[in-house]
Amino acid sequence: MEKVRKFENDVQLIKYLVLKEVSKLALEGTLEEKVDTIPNVIDPGPEPRIRCCIYKEREITKGRIKLAMGGDKTSKNIIEVIDAACDECPINRFFITEACRGCLAHRCSENCPKDAIFHVAGRAYIDQNKCIECGRCKEACPYNAIADVMRPCKRACLADAISFNDAKKAVINSEKCIQCGACVIQCPFGAIMDKSYIVDVINLLKEAKDNDDVHVYAAIAPAIASQFTYARIEQVVCGIKALGFHDVIEVALGADMVSLHEAKEFAETIGEKGVVTTSCCPAFVSYIKKNYPMLEEKISNTVSPMVAISRLIKHVDPKAKVIFIGPCTAKKAEMMEEELRGDTDYVLTFEELAAMLDAAEIDLENCTVGELNNASYYGRIFARSGGVTEAVEHVVATKGIETDFRPVKCNGLKECDRALKMAKVNRLDGNFIEGMACPGGCIAGPASLHHGPKDKNEVDKYGQLAIEEDINSSLRIFELEDINLDRK
Amino acid sequence: MVTIHVCIGSACHLKGSYNVINGLQEIIKEKSLEEKVEVKAAFCLGECSKAVSVKVDDSPIYSVNKDNIKDFFNTQVVGRL
Repeated sequence: MEKVRKFENDVQLIKYLVLKEVSKLALEGTLEEKVDTIPNVIDPGPEPRIRCCIYKEREITKGRIKLAMGGDKTSKNIIEVIDAACDECPINRFFITEACRGCLAHRCSENCPKDAIFHVAGRAYIDQNKCIECGRCKEACPYNAIADVMRPCKRACLADAISFNDAKKAVINSEKCIQCGACVIQCPFGAIMDKSYIVDVINLLKEAKDNDDVHVYAAIAPAIASQFTYARIEQVVCGIKALGFHDVIEVALGADMVSLHEAKEFAETIGEKGVVTTSCCPAFVSYIKKNYPMLEEKISNTVSPMVAISRLIKHVDPKAKVIFIGPCTAKKAEMMEEELRGDTDYVLTFEELAAMLDAAEIDLENCTVGELNNASYYGRIFARSGGVTEAVEHVVATKGIETDFRPVKCNGLKECDRALKMAKVNRLDGNFIEGMACPGGCIAGPASLHHGPKDKNEVDKYGQLAIEEDINSSLRIFELEDINLDRK
Repeated sequence: MVTIHVCIGSACHLKGSYNVINGLQEIIKEKSLEEKVEVKAAFCLGECSKAVSVKVDDSPIYSVNKDNIKDFFNTQVVGRL
């Protein structure tokens, strides 16, 4: 049954279609045998969608299929460029468009510090060998005739991990990449994609079907509140169970555990550390390690909500395997970190979940019985910028912890970088950096189905629906001292 | 040791499984049975319609709520001690 899903653009649509076809064959158990048929399903032809010919489109689809099946196994990087899909956008950043009138004032060349602009036959041109990409010409032109065409992937990458090879293809430097996935959503050709573990998850679910010693749990990130606009959360939960998951648990409960632990750790260590950063966002943590190694010891030693809920589930049920499902590509790298290995078994994204549900032909509309409830309001608002701070503030206040808590909320990597710069020179106005790489928080994650301005309200509304009023209440039945919540 | 497994999966949680756990803990404390009975949280026991689902060791699933919790303890747990 073909459902009409709304996608933000065709890049998202095609990624979904590939993931769905791969899932379908994996569910049937015919993936190996029939994988070569997928390009013809996605690109039936005879006319190409946007590329030069149908064969190139199918070649690109092959690249997507490879990533949907786990990508380059020799590389630890989660984000990969599909070479055939990279359209070799112009490398030179500024160029003068037809809007140039060849005026008398020549503000462009007057303002160019490198003398890189010349005028021929009533038009200005940029000598790209001299241009230093300062952008002053663009600002000066009264006709707005100078275009800034920096490649969208490079512009999106605040970790400066993208460069271009001799063939003008984008290349990701894994030493610098923090797996945030910003380039994945920004590339207009869909040439950058995250590796998927969807086939591994399907195989694990199959194994669990015949083996009572394996219980596969879905741990759902709180960002789900703004995700499945075409179905209610209860229906999605019901659908996930129909896929064969043993139970569906809120990661927000792990966030409750993190808030409590984080507040205590903060009070104990702030005297010595001077400043502490959050550790929930793996892209932010990776950014610190790669760009501010001198601040690495300031990163909170508390695990992320994903790891906390995984450890809780495995503590309660030793037969558990935990699949985290969220909006994040960086979580796929976090699960493989040495000190965290074995906690979360696989990470799926909301995009992948939607594809899997549709591949299994699970009709969410007829799915009625399902609930998702355990956590408190505070755990649920972790999905948006400012949530971690509010939750820790709440614990500090209600537990009567005496400490000088001065948070700095950093919404997006740019703000994170600014705060880290200040912390590096001991000039930060605060002592607790809440860092989230995606502007807006997890609800704007790269593998979200939906990025909208209303999403923050959805998360808050969802938070208020929690029946456990606060963290003390949601955690009251757990013997938390038996669960290790330290990263190392 | 008798172990009471109380489901804390979402469906049971909404029906008050945390209160059932706290209730059972109180009864155990009242009767000074801490050495003989333990209460453990469990995830989905597979019979969500019986929320709150409770199992004593390997028993079938009982449906427990705040009103029948004492009865349940006296009939299903005490006999095992």
